[in-house]
Amino acid sequence: MGKRRFLGALGAFALVAAACGTGASPSPSFNLPTSVGDGEGQLSVLAWPGYVENGSTLPEVDWATPFEDATGCDLTVQVFGTSDEAFSLFSTNPEKYDVISASGDASLRLVRAGYVQPVNVDLVPSYADIFPALKDKPYNTVDGVHYGVPHGRGSNLLMWRSDEVTPAPATWAEMFDPDSPYAGRISVYDAPIYIADAAVVLMATNPGLGITNPYALDETQFAAVVDLLERQKPAIGQYWVDYTKQMDAFRAGDAVIGTTWEVIQKLLAAEDPAVTVEIVKPSEGATGWSDTWMINSKTRNINCAYKFLDHIVSPSVNAQIAEWFGEAPGNSKACEETADPGHCDAYHADDDAFWQDVWYWQTPEAECVDGRTDATCKNFDDWVKAWTEIKG
Amino acid sequence: MTSTVHRPNAGTARRLAAWLDGHARVRLGLLLAAPMSWLVLVYLGSLALLFLNALWSRDPFTGLVVRELTADNFIDIVTNPLYRNVTLRTVAMAVAVTLTCAVVAFPIAYYMARVASRRVRGMLTVAVLMPLWASYLVKAYTWRQILSNDGVLNWLLEPIGLRGPGLGDSVVGLWLVYVYLWLPYMILPLYAGLERIPTSLLEASSDLGGRSWMTFRRVIFPLVVPALVAGSIFTFSLTLGDYIAPSLITTTQFIGNLIFLNFGVPDLPFAAALSLVPLGIVVLYLLFARRLGAFEAL
Repeated sequence: MGKRRFLGALGAFALVAAACGTGASPSPSFNLPTSVGDGEGQLSVLAWPGYVENGSTLPEVDWATPFEDATGCDLTVQVFGTSDEAFSLFSTNPEKYDVISASGDASLRLVRAGYVQPVNVDLVPSYADIFPALKDKPYNTVDGVHYGVPHGRGSNLLMWRSDEVTPAPATWAEMFDPDSPYAGRISVYDAPIYIADAAVVLMATNPGLGITNPYALDETQFAAVVDLLERQKPAIGQYWVDYTKQMDAFRAGDAVIGTTWEVIQKLLAAEDPAVTVEIVKPSEGATGWSDTWMINSKTRNINCAYKFLDHIVSPSVNAQIAEWFGEAPGNSKACEETADPGHCDAYHADDDAFWQDVWYWQTPEAECVDGRTDATCKNFDDWVKAWTEIKG
Repeated sequence: MTSTVHRPNAGTARRLAAWLDGHARVRLGLLLAAPMSWLVLVYLGSLALLFLNALWSRDPFTGLVVRELTADNFIDIVTNPLYRNVTLRTVAMAVAVTLTCAVVAFPIAYYMARVASRRVRGMLTVAVLMPLWASYLVKAYTWRQILSNDGVLNWLLEPIGLRGPGLGDSVVGLWLVYVYLWLPYMILPLYAGLERIPTSLLEASSDLGGRSWMTFRRVIFPLVVPALVAGSIFTFSLTLGDYIAPSLITTTQFIGNLIFLNFGVPDLPFAAALSLVPLGIVVLYLLFARRLGAFEAL
């Protein structure tokens, strides 16, 4: 009797499981809005730390409050540490965030999953002034349809404690040398996309592998990159996702050299007492990011969303963010508005040659993103599995 | 002279109470309805959903969950040596923490149960319970500071030329943190178990010529095993599933970190499949603990 009951329950369970069926495919056909109306009163933003400041970090660093005052759209900001975390937050709560600042390794995934909607760039007046080098890129435009507004671009950098690391490094070599004197005190970004950083190093040190794009790695190239990372693993002292944890590690001396974002170096240098850290873009090049502001396909605050997009890429706000975060602004007019007149030159905002060896984060796919048709490349799932195995 | 007793008009509540009085089973059912529905719907139901999720997979192109039954996740877990290594590492840490907690907790519990005066016992109970009032995160972050490069531990060890384990890939720091976090959960059941031992047994043992070690080995320890196992349920299962302390204290991965990493991708079906591994281990451990009489000692 007990056995029959159990089998009955199991049968019912199997029926439920089968009935759940395959996942529905999203993306209905879309009608672009033709005008921006009055604000709905609120807007929920998912952003990289430092992109939407409201005076709570430093009172003078605030471009969110003027927006709220002008449009009446109250901002709720959620920050994230990696693109994967952003995608994950979005997918577990598809209706929560109205606007997201997506790097190239999240933007296409969001488009494909149907989480973001096409953007009518004519409704964003500041779009016209965006640098042409950032427009119509594969990570923000699909089949001629714009899915967002470019924000700006930046490079991941090498940071070190100048009082502990001498001589000052100019290449990534110290980070990948297991016999380095700084072994055990190396700080590395904790995301599968970091595999591209190792690929960038191999592009310079092992040209025989033929890597032309660090996100397009076939079987042999991928194996070589994973091998480099596995040799690096024992020397790593910290995997960081939360930028405050990297700051803690550098301040305490648990890490003395690592990959970083410029904003982290600026925050450390602004501390009292200041932490003596310096940064450089190594000679091999680096990975970087080119971010896009995208709108949730299910948003109920579409007017606030468009107003926000225009505000955040307008010249003065774009300039403030670029200086605060340490990146090149996306709006060409922002260069006249930066507090430091040399900012755009320092960050190569209009210097396309500089960006030749900065590889914006991008989702690796089986169809090689460098255009090769004679090979299959490793896709993002392979990168995730490899990253888990490298960490061991 | 007879007098009739007038019953007052029974209100709804009184009629219901009267009816329930005559139907014991219904009373029992109503009483158990809330906890049973929590157990069955919320707990067992969510476990069933977890298992169902583990049988689905993720589309690599869109990143969305594909709701078709497949055993791929389980095959992956069984065949890839990484998951075996991480699971063994996690179980080894759980066992190490349990044993250390048992060894450290025993003298404290014994003192509290058998030696301390009532006042001292009360103070010690408060002292043991106080760390439980602080949030887990506060304690974990504090230990992060302690073990850090310029933290207290290195400062203490410097004069004798040693260095602490640090926050890198050493798991010694993590072991210290876990022992600290779960010690109260081991002390309390041990204290309860030791208190129950009648003093007459100890006196009889010494009358028969047993000295302290003999008394411990032949009288106290066998009687306290159920309490030890009850305490170990906490230390073992809490260590097995934890991911926050490892992510703060070390760079080594444990099974909780793998689950968290897959949550972040997000590859929820695979994370669900991985979650079933520590679940299975804990179920086996609980069956083993029941055999040793732990549930009578709780």
